[in-house]
Amino acid sequence: MTWTIAITAGILFGAGTYLILQRLLSRIIVGLGLIAHAANLILLGSGGEPGEPPLLDEAGSGPYSDPLEQALVLTAIVITFGITAFLLALAYRSWSEQGSDEVEDDREDQRIARRREAEQ
Amino acid sequence: MTTLATLPVVIPLIAGALALALGRNVTARRTIGLVASGASAAVATVLLVVVDTEGTIVVAVGGWAPPFGIELVADRFSALLLLASTVALFAVLVYAVSQRATDEDFRGFHAVYQILGAGVALALLTGDLFTMFVAFEIMLTASYVLLTHRADGTETRPAISYVVIGLVASALFLISIGLIYGVTGTVNLADLAVRLDDVDPGLRSGLGWLLFMVFGIKAAIFPLFFWLPDSYPVAPTPVTALFAGLLTKIGVYAIIRTQTLLFPSDEPSTFMLIIAGLTMVVGVLGAIAQTDIKRILSFHIVSQIGYMIMGLGFGTVAGVAAAIVFVVHQIIVKASLFLVGGLVEESEGTGAIDAVSGVARRSPIIAALFLPAALSLAGFPPFSGFVGKLALVEAGFASNAWIIVGVSLVASVLTLFSMTKIWAGVFWGVPNTTKPRITPRGMALATATLVAVSLVIAVAAEPIVSYAERAADDLLVERVVTASPERVAS
Repeated sequence: MTWTIAITAGILFGAGTYLILQRLLSRIIVGLGLIAHAANLILLGSGGEPGEPPLLDEAGSGPYSDPLEQALVLTAIVITFGITAFLLALAYRSWSEQGSDEVEDDREDQRIARRREAEQ
Repeated sequence: MTTLATLPVVIPLIAGALALALGRNVTARRTIGLVASGASAAVATVLLVVVDTEGTIVVAVGGWAPPFGIELVADRFSALLLLASTVALFAVLVYAVSQRATDEDFRGFHAVYQILGAGVALALLTGDLFTMFVAFEIMLTASYVLLTHRADGTETRPAISYVVIGLVASALFLISIGLIYGVTGTVNLADLAVRLDDVDPGLRSGLGWLLFMVFGIKAAIFPLFFWLPDSYPVAPTPVTALFAGLLTKIGVYAIIRTQTLLFPSDEPSTFMLIIAGLTMVVGVLGAIAQTDIKRILSFHIVSQIGYMIMGLGFGTVAGVAAAIVFVVHQIIVKASLFLVGGLVEESEGTGAIDAVSGVARRSPIIAALFLPAALSLAGFPPFSGFVGKLALVEAGFASNAWIIVGVSLVASVLTLFSMTKIWAGVFWGVPNTTKPRITPRGMALATATLVAVSLVIAVAAEPIVSYAERAADDLLVERVVTASPERVAS
């Protein structure tokens, strides 16, 4: 169980990191989503082995699942959801204003590139 | 007593909701914002006095006893930073209201501003690692909205990189929490401090450096600072001033809190001191290369963070006390410098050093506000920066850390150099424009208040330093934030 979670989280991280390094904002957003999923999986895995549902009734025989980290993951999912929606809105505005989804170069980089062109 | 510690979080949240509900009326929104920020500052003052005389206040939220419930903890360290933050929040809000455009163009401004204040207060007061994550998210989400709201055209890219960096840092924070919970089975800070003692030392320091890196991104330490000078200057002045004064310092607060409580060390941390030195030098060199007031000041934010990490790196009570004084001084001075930069832009139309000249002759008030704040940033006696740097240097001598003290003094000289660059370029010389000069009264008054507060820090150096020493003593020696139920007032 722990191995499955660890390997899945690793794959999600790899894919997310790859997507974040792309130029298109829509890919960056998907990448961030994958990284957030990986983080949530790790948080979920930190509670140890799964067991019976806790707190429902006192007749259970145990061992129980740890409820705390599930509550934490729920909070984290909601936060990620909100911010992803915000980022999508931002991407839409950037697209509707500039006509492209591409993230531009850094301002300092542009300055250095212009200076180099001028020198040549 | 228990309500006192919750008020700094509750007041801005209620005010934010009210400001949203009364969205159509500008005057109502302004009144709510100003009253709430003023009230928060007043509550923070009372809290500081109460905590200093009667000791740490612990509140179990919802009556659930720690370590299972969430707790709010107000100790000397968090109370002092809360006071400095609320004062900065109030002064910047007065500035924003006087500037008019900021909140007239953006109906949600006051609501988002108050929510940011609530996030800052919660981050300072929480006694729980996961609640700290939530507080950071509240604070950062509000900051995303404030930063991106007016960003258009070429300004979208820096704003997007700010949001993306923030999200990656949040994911790393979440992973750290997951790993720490997996190892110890708790996220309560006080409980963690006890349980981490049983953890394998290698694993423990691994977790410690992971958290250091997470908060290091938020605090913009070397080499994780690259996003800051890029994104901060694109926002409207009050927003930039607020970010500059507060957000990175909350990151520093989290570093000091977690490192002293969870990963204490008896000897100076060489790694931390190297990071501190590089942050100072790289930041100030970046500042010297810039030609716009706000961009220069943004690089100085990075540089000054180095001094705070240096104080923590000594690992002594004197070092941490000096870092605390320095954080307080920076919250006030950094915000006021950005407000002055905004005044120059308002009056001259641009903040580019080459384009502006002779402001000292055109608007002596702006020059008079810039000078004490700039000298304070450089650590000139008798201003507030001198108090913080003197304490740091003394702590460095006590720890025999000569190299880092030398580096910090060189960085101070370079800071002074870059301030003279602004002074010579913008304030001296012959005015090169015949536009009617504008010195907006309310904005100048708000800036003057912050500059005055920084002068008060310099005058009241003795009580503030001794308070910071008591706070550092709580952090390092007493380690007072214990989760024993009898200390919980519910």
